[in-house]
Amino acid sequence: MSSDYASDLLPTVARLGKEERRDHAKARLGFDRMGHRVRPGLYTLGSPNRESKVLVTANYTLSFDALRSALVGRDAFLLVLDTQGINVWCAAGKGTFGTDELLKAIEATLLAERVEHRDLILPQLSAPGVSAKAVKEGSGFTVKYGPVRAEDLPEYLDIGECTEDMRRARFDLRDRMVLAPVEMRNYRWGLILMLLAAVLIPFYGLMAMILTLGGLFLFPVLLPYLPGKALSFKGMVLGALLVTPFALFQTFPTADLVTVIAVVAEYLLLVPWIGYLALNFTGSTPFASRTGVKKEIFTYIPIMAIMSVSGAFLSAFGALGVVGGWL
Amino acid sequence: MMEIGVLDLEQLPTIKPINTLVFHPGRCVNCGMCLQVCPHRVFTPGERRVRMVNGADCMECGACQKNCPANAIEVDSGVGCASAMIIAALKGRDEVKCGEDCCR
Ligand code: SF4
Ligand code: SF4
Repeated sequence: MSSDYASDLLPTVARLGKEERRDHAKARLGFDRMGHRVRPGLYTLGSPNRESKVLVTANYTLSFDALRSALVGRDAFLLVLDTQGINVWCAAGKGTFGTDELLKAIEATLLAERVEHRDLILPQLSAPGVSAKAVKEGSGFTVKYGPVRAEDLPEYLDIGECTEDMRRARFDLRDRMVLAPVEMRNYRWGLILMLLAAVLIPFYGLMAMILTLGGLFLFPVLLPYLPGKALSFKGMVLGALLVTPFALFQTFPTADLVTVIAVVAEYLLLVPWIGYLALNFTGSTPFASRTGVKKEIFTYIPIMAIMSVSGAFLSAFGALGVVGGWL
Repeated sequence: MMEIGVLDLEQLPTIKPINTLVFHPGRCVNCGMCLQVCPHRVFTPGERRVRMVNGADCMECGACQKNCPANAIEVDSGVGCASAMIIAALKGRDEVKCGEDCCR
């Protein structure tokens, strides 16, 4: 993608309409992942003058819309960087929301000629990509990091600084809930396979599917309440909780040896599977450090592997036993 | 007391929690940048230099290192994403990168 910054001012509004809501829904569901872009450039919100604040964001529709909709009733310039349609935090990590891109945008939009002051307000979460010192040296503009969340901007602008709370990355229920649909899309082929399996072997296929969906949707919701610190461990606990109703249903009131073997195999296969799904949420949490995730992978992947392999052997043994007639 | 302060400055031990974050208090010029950028409140204001108080909460995002004008903070920043690491390991790549259509 070539970055084509508009050299003219682009007008925008704070109120979002139907079109934006449709775009957000699609983005949340993971459709057309690279397509939620805003044209990079300098936008005018309301009617800013030469003293108005300049707020910087990414050209991902959700980032841009979160920013402008937080600024209802205010006049400001919005400088949209070409992050190739990627949100602020991820783009900062990749370096596309970075010092160089910011300098390029300042130049391309003739920002220095349009405002009297030399202050830029950046989202706090863009800081991993931007060196305030280098921006100052390269453009004369002073970078100020605003709050983590756009919704805190009005208060920040009114009091002129961030409270401790605004500086902290949070992971509220709403933030966690939006993860499930996108994750579900990542596992769509697996889910389709399970659906096929459900036709052939109704009970097990259905169980695997319900557990997978349960893992994807319940895990983020229950995250703070599940015991343990590692996401994998929390996921395995959830897996065990989810398998149990099925196991009770199978073994209640009485169970023969084949059923017992089947139930043990279910636990051995499905508990690590939900643990693995949970481990893959690390990238979406604002807490996981690389060191921590590495440690978690080295601790839990072997455990999960051993459990799944034993579960697979046990299922094969049970199936052979039933077919061979010696169980 | 002043001399002790100066001596202190040279001998301040570097502080290192369990992750890759390293703080060299002796270099800190108390500009407050790390206090602004850290999303996990790892640093707290101090009289003449900031103090590292929540090192274990660091998510290794690298924001403080990138914005510290005195090179007082070092951190091996990277992607804390299991999927990305597993993919990198399976493909035999050393560097962990987010995929094209992951990470939104
Ligand atoms: S790397 Fe990020 S989380 Fe860790 S101390 Fe620095 S700013 Fe805070
Ligand atoms: S950014 Fe560096 S120099 Fe500034 S207060 Fe933090 S550690 Fe000290």
